[in-house]
Amino acid sequence: MRCVWLAAALALTGCAGGVLDPQGPVGAGERQVLLNALVIMLGIVVPTILATFAFAWWFRAGNARAEHKPDWSYSGRLELLVWSVPALVVIFLGGIAWIGSHDLDPYKPLPASTAPLRVQVVALDWKWLFIYPDQGVASVNRLVVPAGTPVAFSITSATVMNSFFVPQLGGQIYAMAGMETRLHLQADRPGRYRGLSAHYSGKGFPGMRFMVDAVPPRQFAGWLAATRQQGMALDRSAYLALTRDSENVAPYGYRAVAPGLFAAVVRDSGTTTAKRAIQGRGP
Amino acid sequence: MSMLFGKLGWESIPLNEPIPIIASGVVALAILGLLGWVWRAGHFPYLWREWITSVDHKRIGVMYCLLAAVMLLRGFSDAILMRSQQAIAYGNPGYLPPDHYDQVFSAHGTIMIFFVAMPFMIGLMNFAVPLQLGIRDVAFPTLNSVSFWLTASGALLINISLLVGEFAKTGWVVYPPLSELRFSPGVGVDYYLWAIQISGAGTLLTGVNFVTTILKIRAAGMGYSRMPMFCWTALATNLLIVAAFPILTATLGMLTLDRYLGFHFFTNELGGNAMMFVNMFWAWGHPEVYILILPAFGIFSEVASTFSGKPLFGYRSMIIATMAICLLSFIVWLHHFFTMGAGADVNGFFGVTTMIIAVPTGVKVFNWLFTIYGGRVRFATPMLWAIGFMVTFVIGGMTGVLLAVPPADFLLHNSLFLVAHFHNVIIGGVLFGAFAGLTYWWPKAFGFTLDETWGKRAFWLWISGFYVAFMPLYILGLMGMTRRLSHYDVPGWQPWLIAAAVGVVLIAGGIACQIVMITVSIRRRHDLRDAGGDPWDGRTLEWITTSPPPPYNFAVLPDVTGQEAYWGVKAAARDDQKLSALPDYAAIAMPRNTPTGVVSAFFASLMGFALIWHIWWLVLLGFVGAWATFVLFAWRDDDAYEVAADDLAAHDRDRRAGKAALLGLDDGVPA
Repeated sequence: MRCVWLAAALALTGCAGGVLDPQGPVGAGERQVLLNALVIMLGIVVPTILATFAFAWWFRAGNARAEHKPDWSYSGRLELLVWSVPALVVIFLGGIAWIGSHDLDPYKPLPASTAPLRVQVVALDWKWLFIYPDQGVASVNRLVVPAGTPVAFSITSATVMNSFFVPQLGGQIYAMAGMETRLHLQADRPGRYRGLSAHYSGKGFPGMRFMVDAVPPRQFAGWLAATRQQGMALDRSAYLALTRDSENVAPYGYRAVAPGLFAAVVRDSGTTTAKRAIQGRGP
Repeated sequence: MSMLFGKLGWESIPLNEPIPIIASGVVALAILGLLGWVWRAGHFPYLWREWITSVDHKRIGVMYCLLAAVMLLRGFSDAILMRSQQAIAYGNPGYLPPDHYDQVFSAHGTIMIFFVAMPFMIGLMNFAVPLQLGIRDVAFPTLNSVSFWLTASGALLINISLLVGEFAKTGWVVYPPLSELRFSPGVGVDYYLWAIQISGAGTLLTGVNFVTTILKIRAAGMGYSRMPMFCWTALATNLLIVAAFPILTATLGMLTLDRYLGFHFFTNELGGNAMMFVNMFWAWGHPEVYILILPAFGIFSEVASTFSGKPLFGYRSMIIATMAICLLSFIVWLHHFFTMGAGADVNGFFGVTTMIIAVPTGVKVFNWLFTIYGGRVRFATPMLWAIGFMVTFVIGGMTGVLLAVPPADFLLHNSLFLVAHFHNVIIGGVLFGAFAGLTYWWPKAFGFTLDETWGKRAFWLWISGFYVAFMPLYILGLMGMTRRLSHYDVPGWQPWLIAAAVGVVLIAGGIACQIVMITVSIRRRHDLRDAGGDPWDGRTLEWITTSPPPPYNFAVLPDVTGQEAYWGVKAAARDDQKLSALPDYAAIAMPRNTPTGVVSAFFASLMGFALIWHIWWLVLLGFVGAWATFVLFAWRDDDAYEVAADDLAAHDRDRRAGKAALLGLDDGVPA
């Protein structure tokens, strides 16, 4: 039964990498909560809609067979029912919401035998910077992670608010200047997943998208090695250059990252570059 | 020059962008043409005397609805631009550059919330509440006129931004830091701020006015447990306005300080915190949702009861539900940003409170169902809107509760699913309510009913257009499409966006039918005349008077002896086979019309425009002018005119003749 329901939903959304087609435990858990809540509510909403049509049709003015109660406006029993049905549904759903928000708290580390991969995410105008602090590399608009390994994200913004979102891996969290938010995700299978900013951030917003490549662990090691071999180092001047406005940036890597860069970005809320940003974004 | 014109210059007019220039040119020509025609035809003195300076709650109500209707056309034009842009912008930038598209969606949201939904609801409350309460006017008639004209000022400023300068490119929620000077150095956000502050002052005054009116001035015998449901929801809405709008004013005031005087409430720098804005914005924003929907609930209660020929089921339950929503609406605001990362306890708490508010809402839906049960349902246009609402709104309510489950919200937040949800409740709830109210009270306002054929066509096109336009958006949200994208590169999205654009065409057909409906009805007004003042077999006091009512509403204020005051009067007349005995008529004093509202709003508009463009001398002039207008008004000697007892008696004789004819009874007047 569940399979039929899922198949129908997937067919409807064309399997196009949406939230009903999760590729990791977080996304799957959140989808489950979503579908549970939906089914419970359909149980009350569908009868209500049918009853609206049925009542309106049956009690139409021309229908002499329908019961006529022109003064009927109160029934204690019905009142009890009218209050208790929604209340019971809400108690049930409230439980789902409370338990769900604890089970699927984005700040909660995922259970796994392997240590999580740490990734620091900085939202910039208009691209995403991914720093791998333990590996000492960074990349722009492309996130490469080993499949089957939890990823622990620390997220901030060096500019306006954004929202870090990979629909197929699980829910989003805001990226806010001067603040650090956390998110734990995991890709179960290798594949390429779409990532985006789910919070409007100005002119270059449609280009605030990135690729998530979940690869087998060996391939991940290969990517690390290759990245370390080429390109620039992300030091202070390279970071300042990066904070200038740019749109639709093609992905590329940094072979090294200045230690403590992420913490510095959180600390100064992206203000060291404030002046440049003003110049970059004329009226 | 900068002393004289501030930041304003020829370069402020976007001559290089054809769409806004042509659009504003056409609108400006249309307005000038209309004004020229009015002037040449000699209607201007009449308009000035009878409408623009009117303090009559009914006329102010009509003007509010007219403003809402005009702004609906503007907001809908924005919707056409957005839907057509997204329908074509797969893998290409479409025809609207981001700079323009971002203004369009910001203006669409701002206009639809503040200048369509709000004035429509306030207009209908203005028109109907004093009539339903059995009184002659609101507590402060001149203040009411000020409220309306300040709202019109805000609308004017937003429309000026089309031609002079730009509008905000931040979305209608103007979240900082994007709306701060560093990221939005232009005048767009300033247009938003001053338009909303000026119209917000008007809205707050409306709230004060209506709370006072409903609490302090009601017909004799109209206790709280006898007030029509619409008055109850109006009370709840205006209490919410009084409690919530100051939060918005303060929040936008702080953003204004940031932008104008270098404060750091919400900036990235120097300890500012943007999330403080987000919290406070929604501390107003969620009650605002109920400010809009509660009057609509009231309208549907009146319509469902009238057209089923039955009293409202569970009246007391409905009152409790209304007031529960009123209170609970203040403890749900955080569900607008579960994704802030507040933690499981906080998210869980606000998820649960949000669901709790669905209980009284569910109760209302069931009570409308049982109102229909056992009735004799007449499918006149208002009732079609009500049934369309009941079916549509439960879907929107369901998706709303779904978004209140934090883990589900993590997936759907800011997606087109969310966009579909709030259009589902605002169109399916507020707008359908406004249209139901419009067709329901039109005959009372103008003395003739609206053409049913065109009204029904409009209904069917609107409702089918709504489903075709917004159901695809639910699906797109599940496919991971976020809102406010001017273009995209996922091929699977495009078919659904094209479908949504088709829905917009259907809605455009619905709007066209409404325009035809009004035109045809005005032409056929003699055939459609509402002679008896009670075209729907109504139950509340607005139907006891003539259509349209005299300026003083009732020759003699009604004496209320039970719920459904007018239904009781009709029942008594049928029992006695005659109307009630002729009352004694006594002269009454009515407030004089005054230009205070329009003149102070004129100065407020100048002040707003000057603040936006930093023209400081004009700011001072506008402020002093608005203030002086109030002072002059406060100094008036003579603010009332008398209606003689004979005039009242003459009018009431006609009214009684109409009622007698309607009920098939003797009117009890000696020949």
